[in-house]
Amino acid sequence: MSAMIAPTRETVRAAERVSAARRHVSLGETLSQTLAMAWRALKKMRRNPEQFFDVTLQPLLFTAMFAYIFGGAISGDVASYLPLLIPGILAQTILTTCMATGTQLREDMDKGVFDRFKSLPIARIAPLAGPMVADLVRYTIAATLTFGMGLLIGYRPGGGALGVLGAILLAIFTGWSLAWVFTWVGTIARSAQAVQGISMMILFPLTFLSNAFVPVETLPDWLATFVRVNPVSHLVTAARDLANGALVTGEVAWTVLACLAVITIFAPLSVRSYKRRHM
Amino acid sequence: MTTTELDRAGSVVTTPGGTDLAVHAEGLVKTFGEHRAVDGIDLAVRPGEIFGVLGPNGAGKTTMLRMLATLLKIDAGRAEIFGVDVAGNPHVIRQLVGVTGQYASVDENLTARENLWLFGRLLGIASPRARRIATELLGQFGLEEAANKPIAQFSGGMRRRLDLAASLISRPPLIFLDEPTTGLDPRTRGQMWDTIRSLISDGCTVLLTTQYLDEADQLADRIAVIDRGRKVAEGTPDELKTAVGNSTLQLLLTQPGEVPTAAEVIRRVLGSDPVFSPERGRLNVALDQADLAADVLIALRTAGVSISSVSVAKPSLDEVFLALTGHEADGDRDSDGDDETGTEENR
Repeated sequence: MSAMIAPTRETVRAAERVSAARRHVSLGETLSQTLAMAWRALKKMRRNPEQFFDVTLQPLLFTAMFAYIFGGAISGDVASYLPLLIPGILAQTILTTCMATGTQLREDMDKGVFDRFKSLPIARIAPLAGPMVADLVRYTIAATLTFGMGLLIGYRPGGGALGVLGAILLAIFTGWSLAWVFTWVGTIARSAQAVQGISMMILFPLTFLSNAFVPVETLPDWLATFVRVNPVSHLVTAARDLANGALVTGEVAWTVLACLAVITIFAPLSVRSYKRRHM
Repeated sequence: MTTTELDRAGSVVTTPGGTDLAVHAEGLVKTFGEHRAVDGIDLAVRPGEIFGVLGPNGAGKTTMLRMLATLLKIDAGRAEIFGVDVAGNPHVIRQLVGVTGQYASVDENLTARENLWLFGRLLGIASPRARRIATELLGQFGLEEAANKPIAQFSGGMRRRLDLAASLISRPPLIFLDEPTTGLDPRTRGQMWDTIRSLISDGCTVLLTTQYLDEADQLADRIAVIDRGRKVAEGTPDELKTAVGNSTLQLLLTQPGEVPTAAEVIRRVLGSDPVFSPERGRLNVALDQADLAADVLIALRTAGVSISSVSVAKPSLDEVFLALTGHEADGDRDSDGDDETGTEENR
């Protein structure tokens, strides 16, 4: 150092900063950055309560509506339809909830503050994963209200509290995993409306071409084949076994496996397209 | 010392011998489709100086800054910041540069204090210290009273100040200011200039973009003038103003038909051409010294050219542009891609 020509204060500081600079974000840093972004998303949720409309109104309305409209036709009466319906509604509600993840991310990314996030030395996954962590709150509300409404109109789950809790946890995990698909859509689509459109096209076949509302046996063969491989069907069957009989079946494993596959594919895809688009 | 350490780490490329430049860019290019928003710009910013990039809307200033800040991919050319290659080490660059955007990049959903705390946390600062830094910065920027209000209630000037405060959390050695006062009223602009001078005079290097000649003049040690993605001039504010003339004589002739005669007279007196304004009968004359105006007026009177109004003003950006590029600084010309965030085109 002493051999150098008297450097100005600022050059020294800059040189020190260059040598002190970290080359990569560590796993610990990534986690704490993700949690900071989750904190931001939670604040945002609390200040925009309309974000809770879908997770509160939908489970309440849909549960009651489907029960009274289809109950008689499908299962003879409302009470005997509920054990079939409630886990189905659970899956549908969770999926709708995770669809909003993509739309909101897209809207958020158009705001000036995302420029700052991009300019900060943080893990590229943090701005994507943070809101998803915060969304766990939304899934929990949606899942709990679905069962709450079910109980109110006469559903008595045979699996007891533990079975119901298992079904709720499985649904939350599934929602969180599938949200990566919508996050990816959020990073590739041009506008929030486009995200909404694409997400609907993914969501509708997934929920309605499943055993969420009707027994598979009533479907034509070709449709039944698709319905049987649909991951939503696995979730619904697993949730039914858990909530109605406290049974942990192989369906749980299939659901978890499908979720892990979704995360493995779509988390890296999302980060890649976020990076490519915004360097 | 720096060079060896980085070489051992293996991933950071430093220039052999190490440049002592804060920003060193060569032939930077950014294309959006057919449009070359930045078309081969060289920059050399010395440590500790405030460097101004002056140009109209759509000149490529913001695009250039976004490339240097790792927010946009560099299509061609290369850039180094404190000797670190920008394209190769975005993560390192992000630790060296604080970016203050053209549109205040703070979170609308959070309060001022929450914003600063969040950015502190993201920079890896422990929560109590992040809170302390937030309080300090709010004080320095005169935002204590508004600290817990939602940003939606902030005025434009307050937002800019908060945005600047957010860029200073990690005390970065280099700060990018993208049009820090565009859209602010004159009083707030003056305050913002004071803030920039006082807070940034503690040894940071500043790269500033602006469309205002007076802003560059007020703040910058050196200025590069950018037009249509290219650098058209570079120098100290004084050098640039000398190139343009220290002041401008603005004449409105009673008879627009006499413009050629008047131009001839001016050429004879000053040895240089006047600038014809789009307004009929109006002429702008660059003057090295304001008192040359008298010579021009006397000569015009002698030649029998009648004048309906006359004024002497400081040269405007328009005149700088006319003098340097031969065309007016007609902003928004084909300006997509610059003052937009630029991300939409980047796919």
